[in-house]
Amino acid sequence: MKLLLQDLEAEVLASHQLGQDVYLLRLHAPLIAEAAQPGQFVHVRCSETFDPLLRRPLSIHDAGNEGELTLLYQVKGRGTAWLARQQSGQKINILGPRGRGFTLPQNKRLALVAGGMGMVPLLFLARRALEAGNEVDFFYGARDREQLYQLETLKAMQVNLFLATDDGSAGFQGPVTKLWEKYIPERSYDRGYACGPRPALAAFACLAGRASLPAEVSLEERMACGLGACRGCVTALQDPSGNKYYENVCTGGPVFDAVAVYWED
Amino acid sequence: MEQAGKRPRVNLAVEITGLTLQNPVMPASGTFGFGEEYAPFIDLNRLGALVVKTITLHPTPGNPPPRLMEGHCGLLNSVGLQNPGLEIFLREKLPYLRRYTPPLIVSIAGRTTEEYAELAARLSEAEGIAALEVNISCPNVKEGGIVFGTVPAMAARVTAIVKEHTHLPVIVKLTPNVTDITTIARAVEDAGAGAIALINTLQGMAIDIERRRPALANIVGGLSGPAIKPVALYAVWRVARAVKVPVIGMGGIMTARDAIEFLLAGATAVAVGTATLVDPGAITKIIAGLENYLTEQGLADVRELIGALQI
Ligand SMILES: Cc1cc2nc3c(=O)[nH]c(=O)nc-3n(C[C@H](O)[C@H](O)[C@H](O)COP(=O)(O)OP(=O)(O)OC[C@H]3O[C@@H](n4cnc5c(N)ncnc54)[C@H](O)[C@@H]3O)c2cc1C
Ligand SMILES: Cc1cc2nc3c(=O)[nH]c(=O)nc-3n(C[C@H](O)[C@H](O)[C@H](O)COP(=O)(O)O)c2cc1C
Ligand code: FES
Repeated sequence: MKLLLQDLEAEVLASHQLGQDVYLLRLHAPLIAEAAQPGQFVHVRCSETFDPLLRRPLSIHDAGNEGELTLLYQVKGRGTAWLARQQSGQKINILGPRGRGFTLPQNKRLALVAGGMGMVPLLFLARRALEAGNEVDFFYGARDREQLYQLETLKAMQVNLFLATDDGSAGFQGPVTKLWEKYIPERSYDRGYACGPRPALAAFACLAGRASLPAEVSLEERMACGLGACRGCVTALQDPSGNKYYENVCTGGPVFDAVAVYWED
Repeated sequence: MEQAGKRPRVNLAVEITGLTLQNPVMPASGTFGFGEEYAPFIDLNRLGALVVKTITLHPTPGNPPPRLMEGHCGLLNSVGLQNPGLEIFLREKLPYLRRYTPPLIVSIAGRTTEEYAELAARLSEAEGIAALEVNISCPNVKEGGIVFGTVPAMAARVTAIVKEHTHLPVIVKLTPNVTDITTIARAVEDAGAGAIALINTLQGMAIDIERRRPALANIVGGLSGPAIKPVALYAVWRVARAVKVPVIGMGGIMTARDAIEFLLAGATAVAVGTATLVDPGAITKIIAGLENYLTEQGLADVRELIGALQI
C-alpha cells in the first residue's frame, strides 16, 4: 500500500499552559516541520474515537530545527479540550502542512498586524521574514494584558513590537488596526499581513487599500477534509470585476490577497 | 514470511449492473472531490470504483458559508452541489480520472428532467466513464435534487429519461427523507435502474444559541457520519429485500466492521463518505479490514456475506 504522505503520528514533546485556556503544544513532526511555510496549517485529529468527529485546523506557530513543530491554541470546545489533555510522549495524528501561506519577500519593510489568536501564524511569518532580511513591524492587539501571549519570544526576535489592548492595560488603548493606522504614513511599508477576527481583517484591508499597500489576510472557516475535496470550507471572494464566487479556504487559502476577499456579508 | 499460495486468497470482487468491481468499497459522491485530492494519500487503483462529486450541466456556485457544522458523531453540511459544471468536468477532470483502472462512476444532478437527459447524453459520448449515478437526493439545493427523489412517479420519470439517453448502466441514489423508501426504490427499479445507492444525507439543522441563529447559512443541511448508520442500515436492509437489482449501501461507514454490517444487510457494495474526510486512508483501511475478516471467518468469497444476515 502507498504510504500516507504527510500524515503523521507526531509525538508530543511538551504541552505548556500559557493562559487560562491557551496552550502551547510542541510536537516532533520532522516532515511537516521541514516543509512548513508561514500561514499554513495542520489538520489535527482530536480524538481516538469518532467523537468529536472532524479534525481541527490549527496554524503553524513555529517550525524549527530538529523536527519540532509548535502549535498555539485556545480551548474552544471538545476538540481543543481533548488536545489540552494530551501529555508528552503521546502520539497525535496530524495532516500537513496544508494550505497556501503568506508571500515572503526579501529585504523589505513589512507590517504584521495580529488580533488575538491571530498572532499564531504571524510569529512564524516574522521569524522567516527576518531571516530573509526584512524589517518587521509587529502590531499585536488583545483584550487585555493577560491575553498577550508569547511576548518574551517576540521581544527576543528582532521585530519592532507595538502593543494594543482594549482596556489599555498594555500599550495603546484601542483596536490594533487604529494603532497601525498611525504608523502607515511614516513607515512606508512594502507589504502588510494580518490575522485575527474578521472585522479586524476588514478594517486592516480597508486601511491597506487606502494606502495602496499590497496586503494579505489569513481567514478562518469550518473545515471537514482540509484537502479541498468536500467544498465545505468556502469563503466568498470577488474577481476583478466584482463578481462574487466561493473558494476553498483550506486549499485556496487560508491566506488570501486582501483585495480578493468579499468583505460585505 | 508466509509461503505464497499456502493460504487461498479471498475473492473480493463483486458485480453491479454489469460492472465488475475488484472489491466492494468505493468513495461516496461529494466526499472524494474528483479523486485528485486523495491521490497523494492513497493508491486510487485499489478502490472498488471511483465516484466523483455530483456534477450539474452548468457550474453551480453552491450555498453561502458557513456550510459545515459538527454534531455528536455526525456532520451537517450544506455545500449545495458546488461543482464546475459538465464542460470543465469533461475537459479538466475526466482526462485525469481516466488514468485509473477502477470503474469511474459519474454522479449527475439536474434542475429539470431535460438537464438530466442532456447530462446523460453528453457523458455517454465521453470515453472512460463506466456508469452514471443519478442523484435525486441532494437535500441542499432548491431546484431538482431531492424534489425528484421523494415522489415515486417523479423518481421513475428521471430514471427513465436518463436510461433513454445513455447506454451506460444507471445507478439511482435515493434519499432517506421519505415516508417509505421501498416505494421509491421499486419505482426506479421498474423504470430501469440497474442498481440503487442509498442513503444520501438526512435533513437536519443546528442552532447557535449565543447568536440565536441557525448554525448554517442555508439554515438546513444534510447529516452524515456515524450518527446516521442505524438509519442507513435499516434502509439498505429494507430496500435489498424489496428489489432485485443490487444495492450500494452507505451512511456512517467508518470501519471494516461497519462495511460488513451493510453487506450482511444485503448491500452488494458499500460507499464511504464522511470517514474519508476524517482519515484520507479510510477506504483502503476498510478494504484491508474486509479481507482480514473474510480470512478469519474462513470465507473464500465476499459474496458469501451479501444478505447473509440471519433473522
Ligand atoms: C486555518 C485555520 C487556522 C487556525 N489556527 C488556529 C490556531 O492557531 N489557534 C487556535 O486557537 N485556533 C485556530 N483556529 C480555530 C480552531 O480551528 C477552532 O478554534 C477549533 O477548531 C475549535 O474546535 P473545538 O472542538 O475546540 O470547538 P467546537 O466548538 O467543538 O468545534 C466544532 C466544530 O467547528 C469547527 N470550528 C469551530 N470554530 C472554528 C474556527 N474558528 N475555525 C475553523 N473551524 C472551527 C471545528 O473544526 C469543529 O468542526 C484555526 C482555524 C482555521 C480555519
Ligand atoms: C460534504 C458532503 C458532500 C456531499 N455531496 C454529495 C454529492 O455531491 N452528491 C451526492 O450524491 N451525495 C453527496 N453527499 C452524500 C454522501 O455521498 C453520502 O451519501 C452521505 O454522506 C452518507 O454517507 P457517509 O455517512 O459515509 O458520509 C455528500 C456528503 C457530504 C458529507
Ligand atoms: S475542508 Fe474540505 S474542501 Fe476545505
